[in-house]
Amino acid sequence: MERLGAAFLIAGVVTFLLGFVLQGVLPMVTYRKLPVKTLAEISQDIPEEFRQLAEDYPEEFTRAFGEVNPASFAQALSRGRAVYIAEGCWHCHSQYVRPVSQEDLRFGPVSNAAEYNNELNLPPLFGTRRVGPDLIREAGKHSNDWHIAHFFEPRDVAPYSVMPPYRWFFDDKGRPNKDALAITAYVQWLGSWVEQVPQTIYNVDALAGAKQ
Amino acid sequence: MTPATSPQRQLVNVALVRAHLVASATAFAILLLAGLAFALQFMQYYPFPGIPALSPGRVRMVHTNMAAYGFIANAFIAGLLWAIPRLTKRPILSDGLGWLIFWAWQGILVLTFLGILGGYAQAIEWGETPIFVDPLVLVGLVLLVTNLAHPIFKTRERGLYVSLWYFLAAFAWTGLVYFMGNYMPQFWVPGAPGAAIAGLFIHDLVGLFVTPIGWGLMYFFVPLLLKKPIWSHALSLIGFWGIAFFYPMQGVHHFLWSPIPMYAQYGAVVATIAIEVVVVTVIVNFFGTLYGRSDAMRSNLPIRWFYVGMLNYALTCLQCAIQVTLTVQKVIHFTDWVVGHAHLVMFGVFGFWIMGMMVELWPQVVGRPWYSTRLLTAHFWLTTIGMTSMFVILMAGGLVQGYLWGSLAHWADSVVYSLPFWWARTLTGLLIILGTGLFFYNMWATARQPAPAYVPGAATAEA
Ligand code: HEC
Ligand code: HEM
Repeated sequence: MERLGAAFLIAGVVTFLLGFVLQGVLPMVTYRKLPVKTLAEISQDIPEEFRQLAEDYPEEFTRAFGEVNPASFAQALSRGRAVYIAEGCWHCHSQYVRPVSQEDLRFGPVSNAAEYNNELNLPPLFGTRRVGPDLIREAGKHSNDWHIAHFFEPRDVAPYSVMPPYRWFFDDKGRPNKDALAITAYVQWLGSWVEQVPQTIYNVDALAGAKQ
Repeated sequence: MTPATSPQRQLVNVALVRAHLVASATAFAILLLAGLAFALQFMQYYPFPGIPALSPGRVRMVHTNMAAYGFIANAFIAGLLWAIPRLTKRPILSDGLGWLIFWAWQGILVLTFLGILGGYAQAIEWGETPIFVDPLVLVGLVLLVTNLAHPIFKTRERGLYVSLWYFLAAFAWTGLVYFMGNYMPQFWVPGAPGAAIAGLFIHDLVGLFVTPIGWGLMYFFVPLLLKKPIWSHALSLIGFWGIAFFYPMQGVHHFLWSPIPMYAQYGAVVATIAIEVVVVTVIVNFFGTLYGRSDAMRSNLPIRWFYVGMLNYALTCLQCAIQVTLTVQKVIHFTDWVVGHAHLVMFGVFGFWIMGMMVELWPQVVGRPWYSTRLLTAHFWLTTIGMTSMFVILMAGGLVQGYLWGSLAHWADSVVYSLPFWWARTLTGLLIILGTGLFFYNMWATARQPAPAYVPGAATAEA
């Protein structure tokens, strides 16, 4: 039975490869000319929110990251992303805006592939479930303080929330630790590279205004 | 003297099968409790607030990983260890290797469990097994395939039965899929193409590991229990090759309307709809087999589990063909609809088949008849009612969420209006847990009965 058995093993490899080429390799080929940005390149553009974080929590910030510069920003981003992965935030929040269901009105500009071609999307964090809102246009939607308060107790700022509190991002006195600052820096970075995010859904008046 | 003719060595290593079944049941208990805990988070009653290792997000990953690698993988290994020697009339390569794999696999599960709770999860859906566990899994898979493919390659039977086609293909697929999904997006392919590979992994894990082994086991157990051959060999052929051809090319359907190139999305949609047609042939084949023996649905509990699982399979596939279209995706993607679908597939189909298999095998591996058939029946009904209502509830809740989002209602609305569905989901989960509790008690009580004068195979559970 060696021959026949081998035939099925080979069939398995061949069908796998066929699917892999069609669904995996071709997209890679399509995007082969998109440059892959390294973390060092990304961290050159420091968003305003990160500078503010240093002003909002000077003591904690200095202890965690030192000065505001690309190196410390890079450190904050990769730490924040690690927290995002470890806590499974990506099972409750997606990171892409679709061109349908009015998502551009709700969240902001529709996602494009270039935005994701970087070291912080290795692996990509697209996500497949939204219990909370999409986060790829999160930068600047809320203040740093809002985020810090939100991570301490989501229901203090959003009473209906089912997001878990993350008390271990805080020390005994309730001051944010390195993880809290890092995850805040990370969510405030998401989408900081696109032009002003429309605020429609959080501001119904603005939406009404736009319609007039 | 070859091992096959050695009188000292039994054809099936019953102790090994039993060990894998126990491990599978243990993982099932863990995954149910993890699912319940995470479901409580949605009702704002999370039982362990403030404990980093029991952070709800981490517990969710334990839930899904225990389902895939604990519950399903262990039960499937048990099924393979049972079926392959019987189909080939040859024992596995080595019992020692079998035990090594058993302990290695449980070690992998413990590391995965602790790793995820310790904050070392990998950001690949279904591949959250920490990075340091991945090489172990690959080695484990290679050893497993060596051990199990040996009797198939060495058999003196004429021809290979359908089950063995599925098993062999799965042997080739599983390792490749695991390597691709856990390594490529993690180390080499970022961004949208990386997401395409991650989607392929989510899909292939179900399609190229769970599905073929599941169907292979059905092709083994169903004719055996019904005491008649599979209805149509031609349909078996069409089913196998159709699944082998179309299943591997659908990964991107997990990320429709995403920045992945549109042609890949269209391709995934077309392949997904195509496979539903193929799957119908498999289902027809099995119901053709049942024809004339449908009394077994009443009298034979494993058969009932198997066929209700197949009905669920038909339902999932129908659902799949509808929900995969770009139109329906607009509404249901990201919602609880998909979670309902996932439970219908992983539990309603494969979980049901595994339950049927356990009902069939447990008395044989412990050498005692079932302690109570009434408890078995109660387990079946509680689980079926719980699972079906969970699926319906999540589907309905998903529609509510999807339409609220599309209507630009405040996010709060989509959460608040979901609460009744989330409460109901937890209640259905409790039904499942209750049924499973009865089943586990029954397993335990069965195993500790005094050994009777027992005729193997005579005591397949009659309900
Ligand atoms: C159980 C699911 C769940 C998990 C896990 C979760 N969230 Fe949330 N998140 C929500 C929900 C629901 C909301 C909306 C209500 C609110 O603002 O709290 C939300 C809101 C947010 C918001 C505000 C979005 C906006 O634009 O108003 C941010 C930022 C956020 N989450 C970040 C995170 C991070 C970071 C993590 C991981 C540490 C996380 N979430 C884990 C469910 C979750
Ligand atoms: C007590 C019964 C169960 C309960 C209460 C439960 C609860 C949950 C919850 C709350 C989620 C997360 C959904 C979300 O993120 O919105 C989930 C996801 C999941 N569960 Fe369960 N579950 C149960 C049983 C099972 C079983 C038996 C299996 C498989 C054998 C299973 C497989 C899955 C899978 C695959 C997912 C991922 C879904 C997705 O990401 O789309 N669950 N479950």
